[in-house]
Amino acid sequence: MIQLINTLLIGITAGSIYALMAIAIVLVWRSTRVINFAQAGMALLSTYFGYEAMVHLNSFWIALPVAMIGGAAVAAFIELVFMRFLLKRSAHGAISGVAPIIATLGLLGVIRSLTSSIWGGQDVRIVGPVSNVGYSLGANTLAFSPLKLLILVTVIVLVLLLSLLFQKSNMGLSLRASAFSPEIARLSGIRVNGVRTLGWSLAGASGAVAGMFQTVNGNGSFSPDSIEFSLLLVSGFIAAVIGGLDSLVGAVIGGLVLGLVISFVLMYINSSLFFIAPFVILLIVLFVRPQGIIGAKAARRA
Amino acid sequence: MSLEVSQLTVHHGAICAVNDVSFSVKKGELVAVIGSNGAGKTTLLRTLSGLNKATHGSATWNGHNLLHSKPERIVRHGVSHVSEGKAVIPELTVSENLELGAIWRKNKKESSASKAEITAIFPRLGERLKQRADTLSGGERQMLAIGRALMSKPEILLLDEPSLGLAPLVVEQIFQTIRDLATSMGLTVVLVEQNAMGALKIADNGIVLNLGKVAVTGTAQSLIADPQVRAAYLGY
Amino acid sequence: MHRFQKSNKLLLFIAFGFILFLLSNRVDELRVYQGASIAVYVIAISSIILLTGYSGQVSLGHGALLAIGAYSAAVARNEFNVPVVLCFFIAVLAAAFGGVLLGVAAARLTGPYLAGATLALAIGLPSLANQFTILGGEQGLIFDVGFPPLSLGEDFTQYKWFFWISALAALISMWLLSNVLRSRFGQNWRAGRSHEVAAQLAGINTGRSKILAFTISAGVAGLSGALLSMTIGTVSPSAFPLALSFSLLTGAVLSGVTTLSGVMIGAVTLVAIPEIADVIANRIGASERITTNLPGLIVSTLLIITVLFVPHGPVEQHRSRKAKKLLQKKN
Ligand SMILES: Nc1ncnc2c1ncn2[C@@H]1O[C@H](COP(=O)(O)OP(=O)(O)OP(=O)(O)O)[C@@H](O)[C@H]1O
Ligand SMILES: [Mg+2]
Repeated sequence: MIQLINTLLIGITAGSIYALMAIAIVLVWRSTRVINFAQAGMALLSTYFGYEAMVHLNSFWIALPVAMIGGAAVAAFIELVFMRFLLKRSAHGAISGVAPIIATLGLLGVIRSLTSSIWGGQDVRIVGPVSNVGYSLGANTLAFSPLKLLILVTVIVLVLLLSLLFQKSNMGLSLRASAFSPEIARLSGIRVNGVRTLGWSLAGASGAVAGMFQTVNGNGSFSPDSIEFSLLLVSGFIAAVIGGLDSLVGAVIGGLVLGLVISFVLMYINSSLFFIAPFVILLIVLFVRPQGIIGAKAARRA
Repeated sequence: MSLEVSQLTVHHGAICAVNDVSFSVKKGELVAVIGSNGAGKTTLLRTLSGLNKATHGSATWNGHNLLHSKPERIVRHGVSHVSEGKAVIPELTVSENLELGAIWRKNKKESSASKAEITAIFPRLGERLKQRADTLSGGERQMLAIGRALMSKPEILLLDEPSLGLAPLVVEQIFQTIRDLATSMGLTVVLVEQNAMGALKIADNGIVLNLGKVAVTGTAQSLIADPQVRAAYLGY
Repeated sequence: MHRFQKSNKLLLFIAFGFILFLLSNRVDELRVYQGASIAVYVIAISSIILLTGYSGQVSLGHGALLAIGAYSAAVARNEFNVPVVLCFFIAVLAAAFGGVLLGVAAARLTGPYLAGATLALAIGLPSLANQFTILGGEQGLIFDVGFPPLSLGEDFTQYKWFFWISALAALISMWLLSNVLRSRFGQNWRAGRSHEVAAQLAGINTGRSKILAFTISAGVAGLSGALLSMTIGTVSPSAFPLALSFSLLTGAVLSGVTTLSGVMIGAVTLVAIPEIADVIANRIGASERITTNLPGLIVSTLLIITVLFVPHGPVEQHRSRKAKKLLQKKN
């Protein structure tokens, strides 16, 4: 019983972090119709910004916004100077379909090697603001700690803020219109270029939070070669696909599903399936419900 | 308040699609632009709304230069463009498509008020607000496209072949609505059409484009009466 | 006429092989080793070109397919004492089988979905190798093809032997591939790449031809995996990192994914990059951190630059420029 509860709690916490990553992927997909494989790399870089803030100012609550702002700035920069140029150049030709994929992979490689050469390949440490020692329930210790509670609450608040932003402002509509039909969006008075940059920045900030939380939720260390980073790399994409790629709610559900499934597989089946489990989940989803759990039907072919 | 186009020339690469075109449209006037395929009608409209770049000439609406502005700025000067081929966003709902037109005005209340106006003009849209636009019929889509443009509260409407691919009855209905808009709301309209007869019947004035050049201009009646225009564009 | 061209091409390959053979007697050991690496990369890159250029798919899972080939060759050699030549065939078959599975999945996926799925595979699969004792865990397995036969002479070195095997394998597989691509299959792939719907209407089963593309591509990748582990001497999870998949993709894009004829460009570049990085690092007196990361940085930067500026590869670029000039002359 206690094991079941623990598995659930671990899965939900991890899942909420994957959800943030998935939201980042969805935001970029919505604004430019590109799957940004460099998203995890950008999250990595932002986490290092957060780490620097930690070192100098010694407060997690300063480090987190620093990471977010840094992540948003990096994303905006990439969209402004790189993606615009790329999408213009690769609009036609034999590899036009795969050029953005290849380019974001290249970006991932560049960011990885840059962070490695600046901060070294070894782990950096970020300590969470509250303890990660589990609450006790009678004689048992739960796998759920004040830190995990904090992560969960923060993610919920962020997701609510984001969806509020989308529903109560015209921003969500602008983002989608710009993605589906830039020309009609422009004729309707939307500054499409600005909207795209905005979408990327929001994604960058969201990924930054995921990176920071992934670090403190693990053993507090992070590096380009760490398992935490590899997990971010695949989980965001997979969770986003589970959710149908086009929906924020879907991204959250996708993240939670992924987190729970991984957690249960590790606890009840075999811990060596750690890395292959996400892949299998992805395949199952793609085969059984190719439109995602909540998804646009035609998205798969886009 | 008028649209002034003077010596407008537009190229697509080496092709000269619009060649030294001049005309003017007064407020509240409905002008039909007719001409055969490839005459440069679409290019002309796209240039006026900022989607294409002109090589030469000038175009102003109420004194605002239209040639060196971006589309998202031009719409703020009261120029709304309904582009060729049922310009709606299929992935969005009818309601969202309409809201899109008013999105730059930022005033939510005003926007929902004008949504009510649009659904009064096109009741069929009102019944389908929650539906995705790709579930609409061709005629409904064209109504939605016009509705979206009207949501911007334009002073001048640029319409590119609203009759494209629609049944005669629907075409008549849409033409009638366009005529009403111009008459009752004082809207200025530039109507590009292949359906020359239908367009000229509701228009005040007409412009015939041929290979990018203005071939004939005049009142709609005089064009209908012109034997050359009749032979070339009206088919009798 | 056609027959003549075909046999001509075969002759060309044989002549090329002979030149390589002569060359390998002239240069020093390091160069011979690099020659072997180039041959291995030629095979690996052509497997990606086959997939990306001719069927319009991006797979990041080729690192995993290389691993399948390498492991199965090593297991066959170590556990069952299979003759070396057969080991390579087993590598091809095993990877091709993996390719069928991947292809069945891929036939239903397009663009970013496939890329993401194979990315997850590339990260996941090598770590799975840790779990089976027969695969040797983190240390991996030894893959030893033995000494060169004595009949080749006393001073015939091990590296030269590697080079011979790899170069021969490369020549044979390039010859086979270029024939496959000119066949009906190859034409179907290209049709599917540029206009999936049109190809379907023309009666081409795009699903089946995608699976076939994956299978052949995977088999070729498996061969290169086995050869790669031959030159290293061992097979281990760390020999097939994500970075390998990235490098191969870069090699393919550099070569130009729409044709096999530029494949040497990518292979030579991949082998040259570590040396170039060394030179640069020495020149600017970089710290160790930078030195170790420089090759990766160069590879990724090259990938981006190529996609931006020479998206169809240097060969295609050259061709279209020539075609343009011809047109101008005619006018
Ligand atoms: N994007 C483009 N690139 C190159 N040429 C173009 C482009 N758009 C239009 N043209 C050319 O410009 C000329 C005018 O085209 P345009 O679309 O303006 O004609 P149109 O009068 O609207 O025709 P239709 O009645 O068929 O819509 C044609 O010769 C066309 O081929
Ligand atoms: Mg037209």
